[in-house]
Amino acid sequence: METLVAIVLLTFLAIVAVGIIVLRDLLGAVILLGLYSLIAAGAFVVMDAVDVAFTEAAVGSGISTILFLGALSFTKHEQKPRGNDSVMALIFVIVTGGLLIYGTLDMPHYGRADSPAQSHPDLAVRFIEVSGSEVGPPNIVTSVLASYRGYDTLGETLVVFAAGIAVLSLLGLKRRRPEEESPEDAPGDTPGVKPDDVQSQY
Amino acid sequence: MTQAIGLYSYWIVILLMMAGLYIMIARYNLVKKIIGLGLFQTSIFYLYITMGKVDGGTAPILVEDATLLYSNPVPHVLILTAIVVGVATSAVALALIVRIYESFDTIEEDEIKAIEAQEPDS
Repeated sequence: METLVAIVLLTFLAIVAVGIIVLRDLLGAVILLGLYSLIAAGAFVVMDAVDVAFTEAAVGSGISTILFLGALSFTKHEQKPRGNDSVMALIFVIVTGGLLIYGTLDMPHYGRADSPAQSHPDLAVRFIEVSGSEVGPPNIVTSVLASYRGYDTLGETLVVFAAGIAVLSLLGLKRRRPEEESPEDAPGDTPGVKPDDVQSQY
Repeated sequence: MTQAIGLYSYWIVILLMMAGLYIMIARYNLVKKIIGLGLFQTSIFYLYITMGKVDGGTAPILVEDATLLYSNPVPHVLILTAIVVGVATSAVALALIVRIYESFDTIEEDEIKAIEAQEPDS
């Protein structure tokens, strides 16, 4: 039953992904990406990863969508149509995907308890057995995150801090909508003439 | 047939990853590229969580029951970190796109290249 739910959710994910590829409206694509994250969060619950599920629902589906919408409010909503879809890109993607699928043939099957990831005595087995007495919290994920892999989490915090500094230094604290700004010519434009006007003359 | 069921989730996840990769390569719109990156990232999260699942297992939260089988907590921890770092990455990328739009008045890759070719100094 669990496996059936996971397979149905996976199929939903595939449908949403196709929607993202074909949709030219960026606003719609961003909302579909949020939906994609939310369905993935549901599938994570089915696969027992509850901590990941609520992080994905809050951060991946919530904050990420808000960031995209914020960026779209400063730029354009429409992706311009292109005549020929790149054949080279399609070939590259199919070859890469084929190689990856060939690689999965040796992988342990879904849900197997005897796979190396599950049975290595120093990792998952040890964490499950002793983290309750060694660290304390009943949630093993919390113990591993904050104690056994604490430096990893410290590094993550540094990355988020650096990203915050980078965004602030790129955008500044004050931000105005483009239409409220004084008309300012982009480099490469003829002053006072928009690129669209130049094209419409011919 | 049993092999196909055991590996089905990996195959769909690879399909989703390739969908994201295709968007990143074939689409010229910069925001669309970052959407493709998000698609790719979420698919990789899915791949990792799939590897941690144990049949008949439960969420790795300790309870007083010795017979209980837990799923693997290690991939969960790795992906918790990866989700937050992924959002930080796309935030920086989107900030760069907003700056590019202010300078070039477009977020289409080929138009930006054309503008830069006209004025190599700028």
